[in-house]
Amino acid sequence: MSLEGARERWVRTGGVELCVAELGDETQPTVVLVHGYPDSKEVWSEVATRLADRFHVVLYDVRGHGSSTAPQPLRGGFTLEKLTDDFLAVVDAVSPDKPVHLVGHDWGSVQSWEFVTVRRTEGRIASFTSMSGPSLDHFGHWIKQRVKRPTPRKVGQLLGQGAKSWYVYLLHTPVLPELAWRGPLGKQWPKILQRVEKVPSGDYPTPSLPTDAAHGAWLYRDNVRARLNRPRDDAYAHAPVQLVTPLGDAFLSERLYDELEQWAPQLVRRTLPAKHWIPRTRPDQLAAWITEFVHANEDGVPVRDTVATGKYADRFGGQLVLVTGAGSGIGRATAFAFAEAGARVIAVDRDSESAARTAEMSRLIGSPEAWAETVDVSDEQAMEKLAEKVATEYGVVDVLVNNAGIGLSGSFFDTTAADWKKVLDVNLWGVIHGCRLFGKQMAERGQGGHIVNTASAAAYQPSKALPAYSTSKAAVLMLSECLRAELAGQGIGVSAICPGFVNTNITSTARFAGVDALEEKRRQKKSARLYGLRNYPPEKVADAIVRAVVRNQAVVPVTPEARGAHLMSRFTPKALRAIARMEPPL
Amino acid sequence: MTTAVTDELSAELRGFREVQRLAYACAEAVAAQLKPGVTEREAARMQREWLRERGVRDWFHLPFAWFGDRTAFVNFRIPLQFFPTNRRLEPGMPFILDMAPVHKGFTADIGYSGSLGLNPVQDKLLADLEAHRELILREVRERRPLREIYEDVDRLMVRQGYANRHRAYPFGVIAHKVDRVKERPWSPHLFGFGTQSLKGLASDAIHGHRDGWSPLWSPYRFSDHPPQPGLWAVEPHLGFRGTGAKFEEILVVTDSKDPEASAFWLDDDLPHVRRWAEDK
Repeated sequence: MSLEGARERWVRTGGVELCVAELGDETQPTVVLVHGYPDSKEVWSEVATRLADRFHVVLYDVRGHGSSTAPQPLRGGFTLEKLTDDFLAVVDAVSPDKPVHLVGHDWGSVQSWEFVTVRRTEGRIASFTSMSGPSLDHFGHWIKQRVKRPTPRKVGQLLGQGAKSWYVYLLHTPVLPELAWRGPLGKQWPKILQRVEKVPSGDYPTPSLPTDAAHGAWLYRDNVRARLNRPRDDAYAHAPVQLVTPLGDAFLSERLYDELEQWAPQLVRRTLPAKHWIPRTRPDQLAAWITEFVHANEDGVPVRDTVATGKYADRFGGQLVLVTGAGSGIGRATAFAFAEAGARVIAVDRDSESAARTAEMSRLIGSPEAWAETVDVSDEQAMEKLAEKVATEYGVVDVLVNNAGIGLSGSFFDTTAADWKKVLDVNLWGVIHGCRLFGKQMAERGQGGHIVNTASAAAYQPSKALPAYSTSKAAVLMLSECLRAELAGQGIGVSAICPGFVNTNITSTARFAGVDALEEKRRQKKSARLYGLRNYPPEKVADAIVRAVVRNQAVVPVTPEARGAHLMSRFTPKALRAIARMEPPL
Repeated sequence: MTTAVTDELSAELRGFREVQRLAYACAEAVAAQLKPGVTEREAARMQREWLRERGVRDWFHLPFAWFGDRTAFVNFRIPLQFFPTNRRLEPGMPFILDMAPVHKGFTADIGYSGSLGLNPVQDKLLADLEAHRELILREVRERRPLREIYEDVDRLMVRQGYANRHRAYPFGVIAHKVDRVKERPWSPHLFGFGTQSLKGLASDAIHGHRDGWSPLWSPYRFSDHPPQPGLWAVEPHLGFRGTGAKFEEILVVTDSKDPEASAFWLDDDLPHVRRWAEDK
C-alpha cells in the first residue's frame, strides 16, 4: 500500500478491531488523521508522508472501513458516540500521556467535531484542523436559524446547500446504495474522481472501496437525521480549530461556516481554490498549514510576533509568492499586499538594494519569510538559475507575478532596433521566461497556482507615441490569454493586469526615442509630474492583482481610464484609433 | 552681523525654543497617559488642558490626535477629517499628536509619533525619518528651490517604500512658516486655526506673492523659490499601509553666507532626535 514504512497495530474496542498505522518519530507531537466517506486511511497517504518527518503521524481506518472490522449489526453501530469511543481507544494506545492534534476530512471532520465538542475528550485534543466536514450539531443550528428567519438570502443559502446534499438523501434509501457501490458505481468511482474531482490517478482509491462505501452509508443513516433534528446546544469546541475550506467543494457550501466563530472562538480560517478531495489534490498546502497550526498550539506561544491581518490572509497564509520588478512601483506594492496576507515573498529586482528593502518591509507587515533576489528578467540564464535556486531553497511558487517592465516612448521611425530589443527583452521575454520556468514547476507539481502578468492599458489602446511599448504589452496580454487556456485544466489560473496611468517611477526611467539626453530628461520629468497629478497609487493596482488571483480573473483593467479604454476597444474601436493619433502633452 | 542683532536673534530663538520644548513636553506627558480606550477627542483635550495650565492662551492650530490608520490619513477626502474623532486607542495602535501652541507670543508647531505598546512598523518609519531630517537641512543649506527639495523628499520616501502623506495636508505642504504672534486678551480660532496666526500667514502670503515666495512649502509652482529666511515648521509625514509617522519641528533659515548658520534646526534635543541617537 502507499503508506510505506508505516507501523501497523490493532486496537480492539466496542466489538470491532481498528487498523491503526503510525509514521514518524513517536517522541514528536502526535497528529491523528481521520478519513472521510467513501475512503479509508489511505486517502491521507500524500499528506501523512509529508508530515512524517516532523511529527508522529497516526492514521486509522474508521470502523467498517479499510482493514478495520465492521460492527454487527451495522444499524446503530456507527453512531457518533461509538465513533468517539473508537477515537479515545486509538488515542489511549498511541499517545496515552499527551494530547493529540486532530485532523479530519469529510466524515472524518464531522466525527472530529463531535470529538472536540464533547466533555469526555477534554484535555486529549491539542488542536483540530477541519476540512470539508461541518459539525452535524452546528449544521442543525444553521438550518434552524435559516428556517426560523427566512430572509431571501438565507432561503437561498438553504436551497443551495439542500441541492449540494443530494447524495445524502440517496444514501438514506435502503439497500440501493449498497448495491450501486458493490456494482457499477464502485467500478466507475476512480474514473469519476479523476474526471470530476481532478484527483490524480494512482493507488487511490483502494480496492476496499465498495465495502467502505457500503458500510459507510450507515454513518449517514445513524447520525444525520437524529442530529439535524435535535442538534446539541453545547457543541462548543474545547480545542483551537483551524478550518480549511475548499472553495470548489461540490458537496458543501462555504456559507455553512458563516457563524462558526460562535462555536469555536479564535477560529483560524483558510481557503483553497480546490475541489472536495484536497488531501489528494493539495497535499503540500495542507501539510504546511497543519504543520504551522500544530507548532502554534504545541508551544503555546505564537510562532512569530507579526501575524498577517490582511483581508486575504485565509487564502495566502504561508503561500510562496514571487514578484519581479519588486523594487519599486506596482511590483513593490504587490509584494507588500501579499505580505500583508501572510504570504512568503520573493522580491526579484535588478536593483539589489531596493529588492532587499522590499523583502525587509514585507517581513515587518506579515510575511513569515521574505527574500530578495537580484536578477534581470531579460537574462535567460540568470532566470534559469533563479528558478533552480527558488525550487531548491524556497519551494514551488504558488503565485507568480511577472511585473517587471520598462517604458519606451517615441515615434516608430525614431525607435532603433536596439530600443526595440531592449523593451521586448524586458517586457515580453521577461514574462516568457517567468511563465516558462516557474509555470513549468507549478504545472509539474500539479497542485494548482496562479500566474499574474502585468500588461498595460496600452495593450489595447493604440498610440502613436508608444509603438514599441504597446506592442510588447499587447503580446503579454495575448500570451496570458493563451497560457490561461492551456493551464486551465491543471487548476492554474493566469491573469493579465492592465493598470493604466499609475504614479510610479516608470516615467522617470522611461526611454524617449529620437530626442537628445537633455530633452529626454525634461520629458521624463514632465511625464513624472503628469502621472503625479493623476496620482493613482500603485497600492490600488496591487489590491487589484491580489483580487484577480482570488477571483481568477482573466483580464483586469484597473484605473478608470484603463477600464474605459477596454470598453471602447470592444464597442467603439474607431474612437480609440482617433485617440491614438493624438500627441501626448509632453 | 552685529552683536546686537545676534543677541536679539538669539533671544527670539530662545523664546521659540522654549515653547517648542514645552509642546514636546506636553506630547510626552500626554502620550504617557494614553491607555486603551482613550479617544482621539480625549487625547486632544488632554493636550489642550495641559498647555492651558502652563499659560498657553492662543494657538497656531488646536491640538490634533490621530489613532490607528488615521495616522496615515487613510481615505481622507476633506480637511474636516483631520479633526479628532471618537476612535478609541487599542494596544499596538500607532498614534500621532500634533499641536501648535502660542506661548508669550512665540509659536511652536510640533508632531509626536508613538504607539501604544510595540509597533515594529511604526518604529521602522520613525527610524527612517532621520534620513529626511538630514536631507531637508542639507538641501536648504544648498539653497535649492523648495519645490525641488519637496520632490527629493518625495523620491526618498518612494525609495524607502513609503507613501507621502503630508500631501494630504492643506496645499500638500511639507512645511509652513511660523512667526511671532501678538498676544491679545481674546484669541478666537477659525476651523481650528488661531486667527492671529492666520493673519500672520495671510500677510506673509501677500508679501511673498509680491516678492515671489510663499509661506507654504508645497509641491506647486508657488514654492519654486530658494528658502526664505524665517522660521519654518517642517513636517515630513510617512505612510505605510495604514501606519503613519511624522515629526514636526522648527527649521531656522537665515540669510547668512555661512552654510552652517544659513539654516539649522532650532533644537536638537527633541524626543525623536534623542531616539535616533539612542538607537546608534
